[in-house]
Amino acid sequence: MNNIDWAEIGQATFDTLTMLGGSMLLTVALGLPLGVILFLTGKGQMLENRVANGALSLLVNILRSVPFVILLIVMIPLTVALVGTSLGVQGAIPPLVAGAAPFFARLVETALREVDRGVIEASFAMGAKRRQVVLGALLPEAMPGIIAAATVTAIALVSYTAMAGVVGAGGLGDLAIRFGYQRFQTDVMVVTVVLLLILVQVLQMVGDTVVRRVSHR
Amino acid sequence: MIAFEAVSKTYAPKANAKGDGHAALSEVSLSVQAGEVFGVIGASGAGKSTLIRLINGLEKPTDGRVVVDGDDVAALGVEGLRALRRRVGMIFQHFNLLSSKSVADNVAFPLKLAGRPAAEVKARTAELLARVGLSDHATKYPAQLSGGQKQRVGIARALATGPRILLCDEATSALDPETTEQILDLVSGLNRELGLTIVLITHEMDVVRRVCDRVAVLEAGRVVETGAVEDVFLHPASATARRFVREADGEPAAGALLAGRVVRLTFKGEATYKPVLGEVARATGVDYSILGGRIHRLRETPYGQLTLALTGGDVDAAIARFQAEGVRVDPVLAGEGA
Repeated sequence: MNNIDWAEIGQATFDTLTMLGGSMLLTVALGLPLGVILFLTGKGQMLENRVANGALSLLVNILRSVPFVILLIVMIPLTVALVGTSLGVQGAIPPLVAGAAPFFARLVETALREVDRGVIEASFAMGAKRRQVVLGALLPEAMPGIIAAATVTAIALVSYTAMAGVVGAGGLGDLAIRFGYQRFQTDVMVVTVVLLLILVQVLQMVGDTVVRRVSHR
Repeated sequence: MIAFEAVSKTYAPKANAKGDGHAALSEVSLSVQAGEVFGVIGASGAGKSTLIRLINGLEKPTDGRVVVDGDDVAALGVEGLRALRRRVGMIFQHFNLLSSKSVADNVAFPLKLAGRPAAEVKARTAELLARVGLSDHATKYPAQLSGGQKQRVGIARALATGPRILLCDEATSALDPETTEQILDLVSGLNRELGLTIVLITHEMDVVRRVCDRVAVLEAGRVVETGAVEDVFLHPASATARRFVREADGEPAAGALLAGRVVRLTFKGEATYKPVLGEVARATGVDYSILGGRIHRLRETPYGQLTLALTGGDVDAAIARFQAEGVRVDPVLAGEGA
């Protein structure tokens, strides 16, 4: 264990958590409304609109089909325009969001489809406005599914952050590649992998607990 | 209170299918009086669901008008429609409660949608839960309740905004017979005590018999018979109505091979309990064999119906005596059944 610089590992852990926290926040902020719109404009839904739905769906599919490493590089000009730099934790967040938000949006759309149509119809029959149906019935009913989707997305983001080392964003994954792989420091590799494992495990446990809390089925 | 004026509803054809689409209702005309319990009976696919959803504007007619409480439903704007829906409660076969909200929050939901103040919502919710006998379950979630309790929550929720009309969409079809009876009693009580006008759709004649004043029989999107429940039930005119009545009562014995005149006697009210049969047989020397029969209640009125083969003696005199006792006598044609 003589290669291990705990200060460096601490910094890398901090970077990973910052990237994860920042990108997760923005992913939910963008992906949730996107998922709701994808659902509402879908066939047979209350804002059915084939053109809007087709366009959004195409955008989501394009972003989802680009491998994250490529997205990271392709997005550099846009990243610079958005946050002023393509480097470091800051430079990693826009591509992380661009990669994760469409994924999350699709999962949200699926969760909303699971909501019993009868409940939506009953809400309208009670005199609800569309906005009230979405905020008061649709989203609360889909909440366990949406939280589960957020958990899956957060864990996907953990593995995306490992690739963000390509733009010098640091983090545990970067440490594992630069020291553990390129310098054959197996002990560094083991420590970073164990830390990532703990992170994923904690995310899953927290997610499962929250799902259980909000689910009354 | 509610009037259907030559209402038709056609669903658009599927994009990849040929043809003019599917006609759910054709030229339906009905009127429901204030304060009555009106039943609509039909097999699945007959158009019942569409018919009931036209009343609160969940569906729009392709042709004709639906007038509720003086308003043409299709002509109402968004706000007008919302106001109408607060005056028309609805309960459902599968209850359609919000699983994410507690019993009390489910009942409070329509009040919150209407923007009522919190104190009023709380008081009204407690009052409604007491009415349906669920005060002890206010903090539970729907998943913790039995089917009958869920439908009670549905009823409390439907009543929250103080509607004058209650729509029941197969409200007892997912319940066992005992629970069905309790829910029907509750619905009848609302009609009597609050003067609610009730429209219920069902595929069970038994539900109609227990609670309805009048009934319309729906077959393939058309109304084939409308009338007071006792008329439709005792003397169904259409083949569809006869089928529903038979389903409710079971098959009568076949009378085709028996000698004599086959007649159906209908007793109503007090006559049901009089020993008419024996008296008439003794007085006229007519023998009878009972081929089929039923004794039941239509809401509060007892009635009996017997299918008899009359032989020997003076059959015509016997029939005249039955009629004099207030018993209706109808000849039974071969193959018609009871």
